[in-house]
Amino acid sequence: MSNDVQVAKVLDLKGLACPMPVVKVSKGIKEVELGQIVEAQTTDPGSLTDFPAWAKTSGNEIVKTDQEEKLIKFFIKRLV
Amino acid sequence: MDMQNIESQLEALKAQIEAVSKKTAENKLAMVVFSGDMDKVLAAFVIATGAVAMGMEVVMFFTFWGTPVLRDKKKKVGGKDMMGKMFGAMLPKGTGDVKLSNMNMGGMGTAMMKSLMKKKNVASLEEMLALAEELGVKIYVCEMSMDLMGFSRDEFIDYNDLGFAGVATFLAEAQNAKVQLFI
Repeated sequence: MSNDVQVAKVLDLKGLACPMPVVKVSKGIKEVELGQIVEAQTTDPGSLTDFPAWAKTSGNEIVKTDQEEKLIKFFIKRLV
Repeated sequence: MDMQNIESQLEALKAQIEAVSKKTAENKLAMVVFSGDMDKVLAAFVIATGAVAMGMEVVMFFTFWGTPVLRDKKKKVGGKDMMGKMFGAMLPKGTGDVKLSNMNMGGMGTAMMKSLMKKKNVASLEEMLALAEELGVKIYVCEMSMDLMGFSRDEFIDYNDLGFAGVATFLAEAQNAKVQLFI
């Protein structure tokens, strides 16, 4: 599944509630180089709408979103 | 002759651009925290820290009932007059003392909400305040409210970017902020 994207860093944001997932992803993405991909794992259903909103505003790109049961995985490419 | 004309037009254009850029809103959130209710102050901090995550600069201006939320429980100050002592004793002393705006039920509701928040992994007010400090959220405390309630600067929390100011400071910040909120 995750073979088609090269992940530079995995952020475990499981169990965290709003606003922590976006706060942590905004910090975590700075730890990879431009063009690299961060895999952010959340269990907060609100992140399904929040992460795209954050990505759009911050100027980064969500290349893929996987959802399995309660676990959501965002693959985010750092563009800024 | 033509060249001179172009040059003067260029100058006028430059002046116009300068005037416009002064009016352009910055990617900033300016917030008034008027409420001293636990839930409302929590919402204020959720929005503030979320805004930093979205790449915004954030300024919070604590006034009226919001003011005592930033008092430090451990700090004691003397030399207050009777009214000051009364306000000091009756108003909350810091984040630990504030109550829910609804369903407080003599403190039982607030206690239940706190334990529920812990269970659901929702950050407490104390944690949100620490996070805001770490993220560089600027906080101003309203001088007029402090004066009214008899608070001195020495009884407020140790917070990296804490200032004491009046309405003009808030308005100067809010004027060029994209988002302004009153909570």
